Amino acid sequence: MHPAFSVIVFTTLSGAGYGLVVWLAAWILGAALAPLTRLQTLSAGGDATLTLLTALLLAAVALTAIGLLSSLFHLGKPLRAWRAFSQWRTSWLSREGMVAVATWLPALGLAALMTTAVGGGDTDIARLLTWAPPLAAALLVLSLLTVVCTAMIYASLKPIPAWRHRLVVPGYLVLSLQTGLALLAAALAVALATAGPSAGHGTIHYLAAAVALLSIVAVLLKLAYWRDIDIAGLPASRGSAVGLPGREVSVFERPHTQGNYLTREMGFVVARKHARTLRVIAMLLFGAAPVLGAVLAWMFPAAVPGVMPLTAVAALLGGGCSSPRRGTWSRCTTDIGATVAGATGLIGYLIG
Amino acid sequence: MTDLPPPSRVKMGLVIDLDTCVGCHACAVACKEWNAGGFSAPLTDEQPYGKDPTGVWFNRVHSFEVAATDFATPATDPGAARDALTQSTSALTSTSTPPRACGSRDSIAAELAQPAMTLPALTLHFPRSCLHCEEPACVTVCPTGASYKRAQDGIVLVDEAKCIGCKLCSWACPYGAREYSELEGVMKKCTLCIDRIYNENLAEAEREPACVQACPTRARHFGDLGDPESKVSRLVAARGGVDLMPELGYKPVNQYLPPRPRRAGAATQPADVRHADAPDASAETLDAAALPPVLRWLDRVLSR
Repeated sequence: MHPAFSVIVFTTLSGAGYGLVVWLAAWILGAALAPLTRLQTLSAGGDATLTLLTALLLAAVALTAIGLLSSLFHLGKPLRAWRAFSQWRTSWLSREGMVAVATWLPALGLAALMTTAVGGGDTDIARLLTWAPPLAAALLVLSLLTVVCTAMIYASLKPIPAWRHRLVVPGYLVLSLQTGLALLAAALAVALATAGPSAGHGTIHYLAAAVALLSIVAVLLKLAYWRDIDIAGLPASRGSAVGLPGREVSVFERPHTQGNYLTREMGFVVARKHARTLRVIAMLLFGAAPVLGAVLAWMFPAAVPGVMPLTAVAALLGGGCSSPRRGTWSRCTTDIGATVAGATGLIGYLIG
Repeated sequence: MTDLPPPSRVKMGLVIDLDTCVGCHACAVACKEWNAGGFSAPLTDEQPYGKDPTGVWFNRVHSFEVAATDFATPATDPGAARDALTQSTSALTSTSTPPRACGSRDSIAAELAQPAMTLPALTLHFPRSCLHCEEPACVTVCPTGASYKRAQDGIVLVDEAKCIGCKLCSWACPYGAREYSELEGVMKKCTLCIDRIYNENLAEAEREPACVQACPTRARHFGDLGDPESKVSRLVAARGGVDLMPELGYKPVNQYLPPRPRRAGAATQPADVRHADAPDASAETLDAAALPPVLRWLDRVLSR
């Protein structure tokens, strides 16, 4: 862990994956609720669009699956991971697992229906049009719920001020939607480039602008969040942690002579030391880069197939850099001597 | 199942006396040794004789320096404020109150009404282990149900056959009670010596946690904190035992007894009482009739 690279990879990849699913579901929902001809807006024929949509949906599912699988690497006993679905009544981690997998069901169902509709007869297309709205709606809701559950795993922990913040859930949602849309724009840009030099550029411009807009929202949200956690106090005082509320307590002798799980897991020394730098890098990647990408897309349409993927990668990296699990622990170490990671005042003394 | 069971009548837990703990670490060592076998065995030790040993401990003892304070209220042991050692402190106050043998929690309001006293600095030795909370977050966040609270006695345990080692419980616990064993891949925590307290192979007197048995200063006590008549509950009531970080709402069962107020040293007292740091001689009385004849004669001679 400390911090678990695999958890950051999971959060970023699957966050983007579910964000992409949300946009695809919205696209399918919008298209299916309109006459069939609307599905033909983006390319020469409806079949090509359906194929593209199917490919994107499967890619999104694969992305989230890779993300989830990679999160297994941080477990001590990954082979027992199936047990993690059992406690959905109380545990956000369990709920996240259930909803994450549940999202794949309408996704795979839609993919199957769209595949049979490609080059299929009227009955196949009619069946697709009947089932697409409810399946896409379910897909939309379940994807958003998955992102919310992921955020709630952190937001539900009372002792950790940086996680227990009202902007954590919105932050997860905004970043997920932003990176998802960036992925969609990148995929469409590349796909349409193969269709012809001028195919669909207008749409890509608008998508790039939408990504830029979401990026600005994300930056504002993160800035507000960082400002809040920098000045926030701890939920409990040091004196209260030793049963002497109101008294001034300082470390005299630590309870360990060597490092141990608590000091390794919860002392994000590198992240604390370079918190400011990490934040700046993050904002450049998920804030400035997508805006720059949008500007470039409008000014140089021919560069779009190259620019959009780079924008998507930048947004993903930036999201990873700013993930609550790393880089945001800039809580000043002066008075306690250690960042309070898990146990407000108490564990801080271990490191102090 | 990580649903919390309905609150049990029996709440087994520890009472730790911060006044008598001397920081010897006997409890930490006894815990480590006992858990080499039994319920949560083995307690991990990696490279114990090597360059950089590391391991899992259920019980860790901190030492702190607590700064002196001009405290508006004693806010600590109401009974101790009345013992002979602090008579000089109460002499500084404008009103004196009659001594009482021991206080109770109800008298805290009376205590808070007392005039200010200086609390000198002190060294605090602080053993920290799982508090077996009534509403433990570590239980409800567990995704597999490995973390559970026993319905019959409230002890919080880890089922190591189910634990996947995701470490979320250690983040949920603000007391740092949970440690992960890299070697075994599961979470470990204080078991309240569940394999000792009901163990019929041990003598009745030994059916208590290893740390409680080992403490040389009787700073650790074990019992049912849900029973107001138990020894530990009465101790908590007499000494004003407290929860740690109650504002977080986890309702820890283990109670900590705060240090009794120390008598301030001579240097911190005003000059006019510096010469009389012993209990005022005139407050003592001598019952000459109760003395042996020789001493009675001596008293008569010396009183001339």
